[in-house]
Amino acid sequence: MPESTLEAIKETMVDIFDIDDDVAIGPDTSAADIEEWDSLSHIRLIVALERHFGIKFKNAEVEGLKNVGDLVAVIDAKTGGGNA
Amino acid sequence: MTYDVARLPWLRAKPIDFDRAIKQAKAAEGLTGDALRGFASYALDLDSSLKLAKLINAKAGTLTPAPLSPVKLAIVSSSTTSYIVPAIQAAAPRHGLLADVYVGEYGQTAQEIYGEQTGLQRFAPDVVLLSLDPEMLALNRSEIESQTQLVDAAAQQIRWLAEGIVARLGAMVIIQNVVEPADPWSGHFDRRAGGSRFAMLRELNQRIDGIAAALNGAVLDVDRIAGLVGKSVWTDRSQWYMAKLPFALDLTPLYADHVARLLGAIRGKARKCLVLDLDNTCWGGVIGDDGLGGIRIGEGSGEGEAFLAVQHYALELKRRGIVLAVCSKNDEANALLPFEQHEEMALRRDDIAVFVANWDDKASNLALIAQTLGISTDALLFLDDNPAERARVRQMLPEVAVPEVGDDPATYPLAIAHSGWFEAVAMTADDAARADQYRANAVRTEAAQKLGSLDEYLQSLDMVCAMRPFDALGRERIAQLINKSNQFNLTTRRYTAAEVAALETDPSVFTLQIRLTDRFGDNGMIAVVIFRAGDERSWVCDSWLMSCRVLGRRVEEATLQAVVAAARQAGISRLIGRYIPSAKNGMVADHFEKLGFQRISLEADGESTWALDLADYVEKALPFQYSPVSLGDHDARIYA
Repeated sequence: MPESTLEAIKETMVDIFDIDDDVAIGPDTSAADIEEWDSLSHIRLIVALERHFGIKFKNAEVEGLKNVGDLVAVIDAKTGGGNA
Repeated sequence: MTYDVARLPWLRAKPIDFDRAIKQAKAAEGLTGDALRGFASYALDLDSSLKLAKLINAKAGTLTPAPLSPVKLAIVSSSTTSYIVPAIQAAAPRHGLLADVYVGEYGQTAQEIYGEQTGLQRFAPDVVLLSLDPEMLALNRSEIESQTQLVDAAAQQIRWLAEGIVARLGAMVIIQNVVEPADPWSGHFDRRAGGSRFAMLRELNQRIDGIAAALNGAVLDVDRIAGLVGKSVWTDRSQWYMAKLPFALDLTPLYADHVARLLGAIRGKARKCLVLDLDNTCWGGVIGDDGLGGIRIGEGSGEGEAFLAVQHYALELKRRGIVLAVCSKNDEANALLPFEQHEEMALRRDDIAVFVANWDDKASNLALIAQTLGISTDALLFLDDNPAERARVRQMLPEVAVPEVGDDPATYPLAIAHSGWFEAVAMTADDAARADQYRANAVRTEAAQKLGSLDEYLQSLDMVCAMRPFDALGRERIAQLINKSNQFNLTTRRYTAAEVAALETDPSVFTLQIRLTDRFGDNGMIAVVIFRAGDERSWVCDSWLMSCRVLGRRVEEATLQAVVAAARQAGISRLIGRYIPSAKNGMVADHFEKLGFQRISLEADGESTWALDLADYVEKALPFQYSPVSLGDHDARIYA
């Protein structure tokens, strides 16, 4: 079964932020919920996601992100609508 | 196979269970410098570097640094640097260091240096990295008119900050230069257009070289790191606009390794000897099987030229003082054949200070080579095409630098050059001669075996020992010796070139730099002594160190004789010596005892204090050309 975009983001976040993998991450999760998610680790997350999905974000897209749900939407739009 | 310098290809790929090993280390009790060096020996990407740095920070209280040397680095920068810190921490053990890193307040460069009681001052750094971005220096716009005044202003600002670092913090300064942009303004004419960003930044870099030299500092040459990687990928424009990252995030480990290697060189951790395997490393094929006519070396084939380039690169290192040795599994007669008879060989037997070819374990042979040269195994870099031999040496002697190489000899010189293990922060005329001095030493050892008594041998050497107080001429080499000598070093106190310069004029210290010449050649400067005025008409030995190349030559005794003569002249009645044990200086534990000092205290950690009453000291006949000269004159030579 192919992994969903959300799952892939979650795995990347666990690795990049070096946090426990049982932490709850859903579409509403934002930087306010995760201590390790600051402006710099955000860049690292973006770079890691670009590599994972083989995409490139525009600055405007990155700046418009409010939570994980937004991230899923931007990635799905770039990869052609989720890994269905 | 592509050779991608950004991924540190001279290091082994990180093992699959790296993250798990870090977790286990975190859960375990304590942490050792050995373990850290192990983790850092891999090609770590930024994420792994951060994990390793987290481990180091979590264990800060219980960490035993040995064999790593602690160093305190402060970064004073005008751009975003906080994420660089963990990468430097993770790279430092690769170059023998445990780095404590402080980052100045963002945008507070001048205040941190020139203010009172600032965080930077409280941190008391050994070394400060000063990095100012062209944007902050107002050199980011090209103009038709020459903009000399802008470059002047930028250079002046850098000089002012760097001077503050040296004067107010007493630290050594590393100035990061600027990347001379490859992106065109007018194109090929940029080079000649004085107002182009390229021309201005190139000019600024030349000024930075001058500033660093004047302050006995170093330059972190990011222009060349960027050139190595490729300037078109050095900066990631979106990352710059998004977060003011001065270079692409993925390049952080490479940048950090360059900072670490520079710190390593400053701390005397750079390697001193290149040990070469022979078959399929210095030539193609196996001399024992293929014979003199069958090995591939030299002009005519691509493969032969690539191997020849390895030899030429080794010779190039030798010309700046890196000692060459051979460690090969071969019958010695076979191994020597190409050196003696093959016309295409660039390396000759005389270039090799120690030549070991036998069927013993290579780790044991490397230890033997180090011992013969009088250096420790952590001063070796071992180049071998055979992965099994590399693995064996890494396992038995993890302190030896073993670059990872594939099976393409064309990449071998790159692996050595890009590894930074032979980094230098200064070059002196003595360096050029050093490799030959080691070779001459081997010849002397043979001479010693032929002659009878040691004294006869020493007499036969026609040694001339020249001593004089510290001066500007000897400064670089004095600082180099102070920072590189580990074994014959009584106190292992490190001084920067700037601190050495201060000693030259300090009336409360007595200093000596000692050079030794003999009939085999000039050994260059081989010993350094610093005494400071103490209580009750005494002089206290602050530093006494000597190159192990001249062990057993009675230089110590001649040195003491000179110190005694000067002390008597100054009305001193007692010399105080101190031995501070380190991981490496066990050989001088009884140094003062041998010289006739009496022990006056011994502490639990092995530190001992010694005294010599000058009234008890009797002059000796020593095997040097000897002509005592008054030391009242500061420039006098005791032995001429």
